[in-house]
Amino acid sequence: MRKLRALFLVTVLVLCCMAVACGKGDDDGLIKVGVVNNPPSESGYREANVKDMENVFSEANGYKLQTFYSKSNDEQLQAAQGFITDGVDYLLISAAETTGWDDVLKKAKEAGVKVYLFDRMINVDESLYEAAVVSDMAAEGDTAVNWLLAQNLPEYKVIHIQGAMGSDAQIGRTGALDAQFASNKMTKVVQQTAAWDEAEAKKIVESVINSGEDFNVIYAENDGMAKGAVAALDEAGITHGVDGKVVIIGFDCNRWALRELLAGKWNYDGQCSPFQAQIISDLIKSGKAPATKKIINEEKGFDAKTLTQADIDTYGLGD
Amino acid sequence: MKKTTKKFSFNGFGQLTIPLIAIALLVVFNLIRDPGFFSIGISHNSNGNAVLSGNLISIINGASELAILAMGMTLVTAACGGQDISVGAAAAIAGSVFVKVLKASSSISGVTVILAFLCACVVAMIFGSFNGTLVAVFRIQPMIATLILYTCGRSIAYWINGGATPTVTSSIVNAIGSFIPGIPVPTPVIIVVVMGILFWLLFHFTSLRLFTQSVGINGSAARLNGIDARFIKLLSFIILGVCVAVSGCIGVSRLGLINHETLLLDVEMDTILAVAIGGNNLGGGKFKLSGSVIGAYVIQMLTITLYAMKVSSTDVKAYKAIVIILLVVIGSPVIKEKFSRFLARLSDKRRKVSVKGAEE
Repeated sequence: MRKLRALFLVTVLVLCCMAVACGKGDDDGLIKVGVVNNPPSESGYREANVKDMENVFSEANGYKLQTFYSKSNDEQLQAAQGFITDGVDYLLISAAETTGWDDVLKKAKEAGVKVYLFDRMINVDESLYEAAVVSDMAAEGDTAVNWLLAQNLPEYKVIHIQGAMGSDAQIGRTGALDAQFASNKMTKVVQQTAAWDEAEAKKIVESVINSGEDFNVIYAENDGMAKGAVAALDEAGITHGVDGKVVIIGFDCNRWALRELLAGKWNYDGQCSPFQAQIISDLIKSGKAPATKKIINEEKGFDAKTLTQADIDTYGLGD
Repeated sequence: MKKTTKKFSFNGFGQLTIPLIAIALLVVFNLIRDPGFFSIGISHNSNGNAVLSGNLISIINGASELAILAMGMTLVTAACGGQDISVGAAAAIAGSVFVKVLKASSSISGVTVILAFLCACVVAMIFGSFNGTLVAVFRIQPMIATLILYTCGRSIAYWINGGATPTVTSSIVNAIGSFIPGIPVPTPVIIVVVMGILFWLLFHFTSLRLFTQSVGINGSAARLNGIDARFIKLLSFIILGVCVAVSGCIGVSRLGLINHETLLLDVEMDTILAVAIGGNNLGGGKFKLSGSVIGAYVIQMLTITLYAMKVSSTDVKAYKAIVIILLVVIGSPVIKEKFSRFLARLSDKRRKVSVKGAEE
């Protein structure tokens, strides 16, 4: 019995090795791309990001794609190392942390692997990567605040619900609004972090309503928190949206959030585009070194008054 | 006689003394800060229903999930002498199942909501019995056993619905999360009351309380007396599973949205805290559900108070910690003993004085 079991295990092992070897065999003419990313479970954004990568770097487009997803920087480093040993042509990285990448990127350079960063920057010398395709979170905030100023409200009394403190998205999206508070063009009713937690956002707005303070703008740094805030308004019977008392601003362009916009319940949603794959693919196919190291992924903002169903289908994330 | 007076002076409400003092202090503090803090008003929500509003309602409403979880956690604590740290992750799973079933049906009626809730219940009970089996049968420490689900629970929740945050729009789900038309009390509060009554009935008509306490105090003695300790422990985890499903569904219904990463995030720690503030022994044995429920309201009142004072929510946790350290230390056996000895000395002196007075 024991012998049989051992034999079985050995057979399985051999078969596995063969399968892996076969899998490696057929890469004729395809560009080998290794992607190190955060796991799709992280957020709707990441899910769309991962799908986009898989769609663009498909065999039909002339790529052979290897992927690795992890939230842990150490695991990501090991995987990147593995991809380099495997002999990929291009290494695409969205790092979990900004530090610790020097050695791996140097090895990539020695091995002649070209590195592109996407979505997140890494703290290394610019010469170690070809280009970084990233979102400019500060620009997202600016676009939203400029839109808000263009509404010409008689007064701006803002409830500002922040994301997890220290995250790129929070710092960028907070900056634009902080400038307005500082120049007294807008009044800060309350500025609190809900750390991306919808329920926490609802509690924050509830406490403002209970205190009886007046407000007419809610600036939430993602869609979920905007939804939490709106739930608190609904319970208190405060109107919101296009014809309402309170202006609602969210970010990320989830499909359900854009539908709220289309229904006129929210006013504005800022895009945070997860679609970097096409830009990188174009760069790879062109064969030229990119003009700048930092390539900003263009992002839009949607106004409830001008949004169309077509926009939702094109730019919406999730379902 | 002397003994009873001593007991009365410090332990008049038994183990409820500390949580009640905490609530009283918070109420007084808030009334001094803002006399209108607890005023209750009637407003009209966006559906045009007259509903109660105000800070007090926010506190009682907001603590609903925590209160329900605390009831179940008390039972697990009493039976196993340890805590389940996976309730938040399990609630995310239950909530995801709830949403999944709702989204699978073309139109959402009362029946589908009940069906979805039952599915969530069954799934949460299965995960509860998984934890329970590890603890009761394999005798793994509860914290280690539930660490498994704590780590992987939110990933499982992700598999159920995918990464984006699925939303449900339905007037019935909305009614569960906020207000039923015509009833001014928030529905989650009603659910807490119903759960409380269910637990009361359970304890009243079965010997579960007695069995749980005896298993918690001395498992082998309980076994020698014919109580199946393994079954009682397993049962406590399954009952907690039901509580998890209920609070997960409330959490989802509040917003009509499931975000598996943030739904009831860090609630396990607040739940354990509620049990501790309620004066229950975290090592198992005797317990009082009412203490844990009051503990849950203490925690929520603390949070709302800090929000009302516009304390930055990044700092809220630090302030909460300070208050909780104070509460736990005051409730600790060492301080309790010192205090009652101090009281005894006081009454001794007084008696001596009065005896002297009588002699003169």
